[in-house]
Amino acid sequence: MKRAMLAIALAAASVGALADRMPIPAGAPPAFKAECGSCHLPFPPALLAADDWRRVMNKLDRHYGDNASLDEKAHRQIGDFLVKNAGSSRKLGGAGGDPPRLTLTDWFRKEHDEVPASTWKDKRVGSAAHCGACHARAEQGSYRERELRVPGMEGKRHGRD
Amino acid sequence: MKRLIAMIALMTPAAFGLAMADTPRQMGDAYGAAAGAGYQASAPRGADFYARRFGVSEKMASCTACHTDKPAQPGEHVITGKAIKPLAPGANAERFTDPAKVEKWFRRNCREVVGRECTPGEKADFIAFVAEGR
Repeated sequence: MKRAMLAIALAAASVGALADRMPIPAGAPPAFKAECGSCHLPFPPALLAADDWRRVMNKLDRHYGDNASLDEKAHRQIGDFLVKNAGSSRKLGGAGGDPPRLTLTDWFRKEHDEVPASTWKDKRVGSAAHCGACHARAEQGSYRERELRVPGMEGKRHGRD
Repeated sequence: MKRLIAMIALMTPAAFGLAMADTPRQMGDAYGAAAGAGYQASAPRGADFYARRFGVSEKMASCTACHTDKPAQPGEHVITGKAIKPLAPGANAERFTDPAKVEKWFRRNCREVVGRECTPGEKADFIAFVAEGR
């Protein structure tokens, strides 16, 4: 019983942690931030499952409208890092898109189901991959609801916490 | 003697690191030299290239799509919205100091925007224009 309670508490804590704090895991190769963080935020590896990261890495020459090919060493280092720190496919659900998009997992959609279409279309947001448009401290790996600054919703309370 | 060798061995990576750091002028000169004997880099030609609409990529039709009309201004990635620091070395001292980085971005962005690799002459002109810092 105690063990079950602990398991539940740990599961709850990890769900919270996935939602609020997603710093770049220790052991990230320098190439991760340099390569994956030059056109967009270096996304938390936990936001895609291992198989989906593999699919992303296998199609870097067609990377959502850009060619993001890497040299062999950086490709291997980044790929290993992403797969090792990938999220749980059970928690995230499969990701839509080809290559898969971390903004199209069941988990991501559910977390953002309150965001109105007008916000996604807002010029200041532009793309669902622009985490920092609303998550003011996304660069620091923090996604707490109280830090939200949603364009067009300034001053409004937003969220479930 | 052993100590001396050890010191030299320790210093070498640092010296190598310094040698790797280039200035925009040196980098422009290197591309100019690669463009052939007597090539004169031209800032106005670079300005024309920078503003030209290649139209290969719909969203990234020209350099200005992400880097704005003025290299001294901060830009923004046209797809992801991520902030891009100014290209002009006068506004961002890190620019054009790391040959490997410069070559990587020329390769990527030229393929994307111009639809092919840029020539050494185009790169020399580009740096001559951007280094003016306007």
